[in-house]
Amino acid sequence: MSLIDILSVLAATIRLATPLILATLGGLFSERAGVIALGLEGMMLAASFAAASIATITGSPWLGLAAGMGVSMTISLIHGFASVTQRGDQVVSGMALNILVAGLCPTLGLAWFHLGGQTPALEHGQRFMPIVLPLADSLADVPLLGPVWNILIGGHNLIVYLAILLLPLSAWLLYRTAFGLRVRAVGENPHAVDAAGLSVAGLRYGALAVSGMLVGLAGADLSIAEGAGFGRDMTAGRGYVALAALIFGKWRPAPAFAACLLFAFCDALQVRLQGVALPIMGVVPVQMVEALPYLLTVFLLAGFVGSARAPHAIGVPFVKTR
Amino acid sequence: MSRDLPWPIDYVLIPALNLALAFLAGAVVLGLIGVSPGAALGTLLDGAFGSLDGAGYTLYYATTFIFTGLAVAIPYQAGLFNIGGEGQAMLGGLGVTIVCQAMGGYPLWLVLPLAIGAAMIGGAAWAALPAVLQVKRGSHIVITTIMFNFLASALMTYLLIDMLRAPGDPSPETAAFPASTALPYAHEWAAHLGLAMEESPLNLSFVVALILAFLVWLFIRRSLWGYEIRATGHNPSAAAYAAIPVDRVTVLAVCLGGACAGLVGINEVMGVLHRLVLGFTAGAGIVGIAVALMGRNHPFGIVLSAILFGALYQGGAELAFDYPQVTRDIIVVMDGLVILFCGALENMLRVPVTRAWARWRTVPA
Amino acid sequence: MATDRPAPAIAFDRITKRFGAVVANRGVSFEIGAGTIHGIIGENGAGKSTLMSILYGFYQADTGEIRLDGRPARIANTADAIRLGIGMVHQHFVLVETFTVLENLALGREGGLMLQPGIARARAAARAIEAAYGLAVDLDARVEDLPVGSRQRVEILKALYRGAEILILDEPTGVLTPDEAQQLFQILRRLKSEGKTVLLITHKLKEIMAVTDRVTVMRAGAVVGDVATADTDETDLAERMVGRKLAALPDRVPVMPTTPILSARALRIVDAGGVERVKSVDLDLRPGEIVGIAGVSGNGQSELMAALAGLAPLAGGTLTWDGAPVPALGRARALRRLGLGHIPEDRHKSGMVGPFEAWETSVLGYHRDAGHAHGAWLRPGFIRALTARRMVEYDVRPRDARLRTSAFSGGNQQKLICAREMARGPKVLLVGQPTRGVDVGAIEQIHARLRALKHEGTAILLVSVELDEILALADRILVMVDGRFTGELDRSEASERALGLLMAGVHGAAA
Repeated sequence: MSLIDILSVLAATIRLATPLILATLGGLFSERAGVIALGLEGMMLAASFAAASIATITGSPWLGLAAGMGVSMTISLIHGFASVTQRGDQVVSGMALNILVAGLCPTLGLAWFHLGGQTPALEHGQRFMPIVLPLADSLADVPLLGPVWNILIGGHNLIVYLAILLLPLSAWLLYRTAFGLRVRAVGENPHAVDAAGLSVAGLRYGALAVSGMLVGLAGADLSIAEGAGFGRDMTAGRGYVALAALIFGKWRPAPAFAACLLFAFCDALQVRLQGVALPIMGVVPVQMVEALPYLLTVFLLAGFVGSARAPHAIGVPFVKTR
Repeated sequence: MSRDLPWPIDYVLIPALNLALAFLAGAVVLGLIGVSPGAALGTLLDGAFGSLDGAGYTLYYATTFIFTGLAVAIPYQAGLFNIGGEGQAMLGGLGVTIVCQAMGGYPLWLVLPLAIGAAMIGGAAWAALPAVLQVKRGSHIVITTIMFNFLASALMTYLLIDMLRAPGDPSPETAAFPASTALPYAHEWAAHLGLAMEESPLNLSFVVALILAFLVWLFIRRSLWGYEIRATGHNPSAAAYAAIPVDRVTVLAVCLGGACAGLVGINEVMGVLHRLVLGFTAGAGIVGIAVALMGRNHPFGIVLSAILFGALYQGGAELAFDYPQVTRDIIVVMDGLVILFCGALENMLRVPVTRAWARWRTVPA
Repeated sequence: MATDRPAPAIAFDRITKRFGAVVANRGVSFEIGAGTIHGIIGENGAGKSTLMSILYGFYQADTGEIRLDGRPARIANTADAIRLGIGMVHQHFVLVETFTVLENLALGREGGLMLQPGIARARAAARAIEAAYGLAVDLDARVEDLPVGSRQRVEILKALYRGAEILILDEPTGVLTPDEAQQLFQILRRLKSEGKTVLLITHKLKEIMAVTDRVTVMRAGAVVGDVATADTDETDLAERMVGRKLAALPDRVPVMPTTPILSARALRIVDAGGVERVKSVDLDLRPGEIVGIAGVSGNGQSELMAALAGLAPLAGGTLTWDGAPVPALGRARALRRLGLGHIPEDRHKSGMVGPFEAWETSVLGYHRDAGHAHGAWLRPGFIRALTARRMVEYDVRPRDARLRTSAFSGGNQQKLICAREMARGPKVLLVGQPTRGVDVGAIEQIHARLRALKHEGTAILLVSVELDEILALADRILVMVDGRFTGELDRSEASERALGLLMAGVHGAAA
């Protein structure tokens, strides 16, 4: 492999990691507040559909982005209504929303765009295109620095940079602000939050709203930034992978981020490996290579050894008692 | 305060109200895509029950959904949510395929039990690892079973393209099984009895499904293992206190669920397709979740809700025929809505209904 | 108001609260003077907790009024209560265990977007409160690393930091050693001297006598007494509380020394987190003897019980039954088969399966026994008939074997469990907190059953945090502190004081 090859695998890792990072951060706020984030997949899928649809109709990626975030947030709040207000089973609620969205997007897509459930391919102006960094041309011929600057650091779309920015921002929000303290408290012991005169439901809804916005960004990245339009089931299990990354990262931003990078790297490698003859193994069947991220998910979940435990109150509906 | 309700309210009225809400939401979706909900309902009912072959299709679909519904319900009794019915059904189909391809020429009374066994083993095997990982490593079974659905799909693609495909056939499917392994169709039996019944894919598997539902009920309510599964699901620490081997019981429940899912292969592969076809499960595992929740994880409830979903599937096919903007995806929407209203939002109506019942009861007659 | 007497800090005026058909508070009226320590005493279910919940904004009274400093107060929720200067220390602490003490203090009072200034403010305020009331706590420690006594001080600190003028303490000494309880009382007296009003909710008469100025007695939702503590005594309070004269304890039959049936030698137990919970314990249970284990909960008693029942793996040591070692594999099942009964200390967590019908719960753990099962199948008809008989014999109400277990009251659930574990005439019976959350009538029945079993020759191990219960039942008392037995007393030489010293970890102080 040449330097360019290595750099392009790493660059692909960053691009593929972006929706995972955003979804994982979204899951982080939900689960740290004590609500199981099993609806990530559906939220992300709905966001990518909404973003692509609105970007197609209005021609503006910004409106598409807003629509994606708005729809994702709405689904997150429906999950909140079932989990927090109705004290329903959070796993069931999450799955219900995932399945509902999986059927609803192609249904609406077909009725609106008549393309078999897809949205029309977006033109350049309708989506977030790779950004060419300043100095790109002048550095192009510089050895090492040039390719690194242009392939690895530059050339990504806006949402990629946003994700990198939102990681420390989320950590800051969770660990350094009053809101973060309350969110972490409500996921550990909602009774303490209640006894402090704060609203358990209010905080959980707040955390779910933040979660929805972050996951909305992830969905938009798939359809109006990294991709150019919505395709059926385009999240392909990324919501579940993000949840696995969150668990493997022990519900903390930095380790979860690392887990996302690992998944994305595996995914990037997977694309590279297809049809390539490896030493000893020869050409690995394409299905096996494609299954790699899923295998990795199971593997990491199985390898998860918890010295850190899940938020204590996760999945338990809050019932006020003395 | 006792929350006990008389069973007709608990098991009939509340599920019916929840279902009505799900259909109401479904009507809104139909409206959104420009289909009149009233007209659609007519088409749907007519397609599902309007004719005998429509009813045959309904029961054929219901057969598959009974299997996948039980696949969710048994692990649910042990407190676990099995989303892996889809993948487990695929492996069950593989088991059926192996038996049918090897047993050409043998009588059906010998082939069918073997095929059932192979289907159950295939499904149970695919459920075993997620179950063991949940028990031993705490790996979230919802995520692992979903991953195992993806993995099963990849495995089947590989097998059907690279290994099992009939020579010269461009599509990913095996060659047809020997004719002697095909299960009898309902219309064939009807013809034997001198009844005219139009052709439908309804076959002997429906009887297998009904027997299975009864056996599952017997097992859960009356057997020692069923007792231990329920104790584990309701209160694991009480089960441990009662010297019940909680881990083993949990794995058992999930594997039995997988075995039920595997039987989808009997209905689809052995009963209708007579060959293994890529994607023969067609989302049945997901429908099973809705079926189980609507049937309140009770085997008899599951039979009823499976028939309802069978009707929805069959009627939905008719709907897709009449309206170009409707596809099978509308059924997936209904799955989601039913799971939402009958599962996650189950308490929404329960509280006001309970209150209304309490008030009604205290009013002197 | 221009009277000479200042308005009382709190006045309850004809408070009534119903839950469905149950009247939890029935026209409750009394006053609590500012700057006093006021006790409220009553049995489980007497309505004192409901009353405090109304005061703290958890519930709303159906009718009646609460006046604070003479002014009618509307307390719609906890936030209102806090704003009105009411603080509460719950029986089960409501702290975020993964947070530090300061983070717990700051929660809800961060005072802005950023956390750090709020923490700094909490630190300064906490230091001032510590100095004023003698509440020493490590402010930067995580709550999960603090011992129980310190956690309680954190709760008090938290209430004061939130501006409490009135402090409610709900059964505060249940988790404390007698020594820690004395320290708590010191703090309460200090609070009083600084002008705070303290409400002490308890069912322990000694505490009322030791620390309060005035006491209100509640029974069945109503006030049945309101007197200055100086004008009453324990017997008077007890009789008001129970509503009748207390029966004298039956005479104790001396125990004949016999060979032990269940013996533990050098037993060690390490929990999932790697902490050694039981450190080399020897124990013999003999037929016809009740051995009591006293100690503050969390000192290894639960783990010891679990290990003796075969439910927890041993990190070391041996367990023998009738002199023969009990194999590690399938130990729980083997012990039950040999004749071990076990009334678990937390019945909701372990003793029963809420959604199970009564007949199903009544064979939990014995469901595989001959008679209950036939081959791989349960025998519902037989078990239901058996359950119906036991319900009569053990006075379980309602007598409906098909009712869900969770629909029975706490006392009846406990009787159902006792029936299950006692009716088969166990050779050894392990009993944990048998009367926790059980009403008075059921307590007497359960105690009588335990004595009867003992006379029939059952070896009984009784673990209880209620010293009174241990003193009333046990022939031999072991005190457990930090995973070890710190002392052994014969009933004849045991007293609350002697046990208290041992529980505080003072070795060899018996007498």
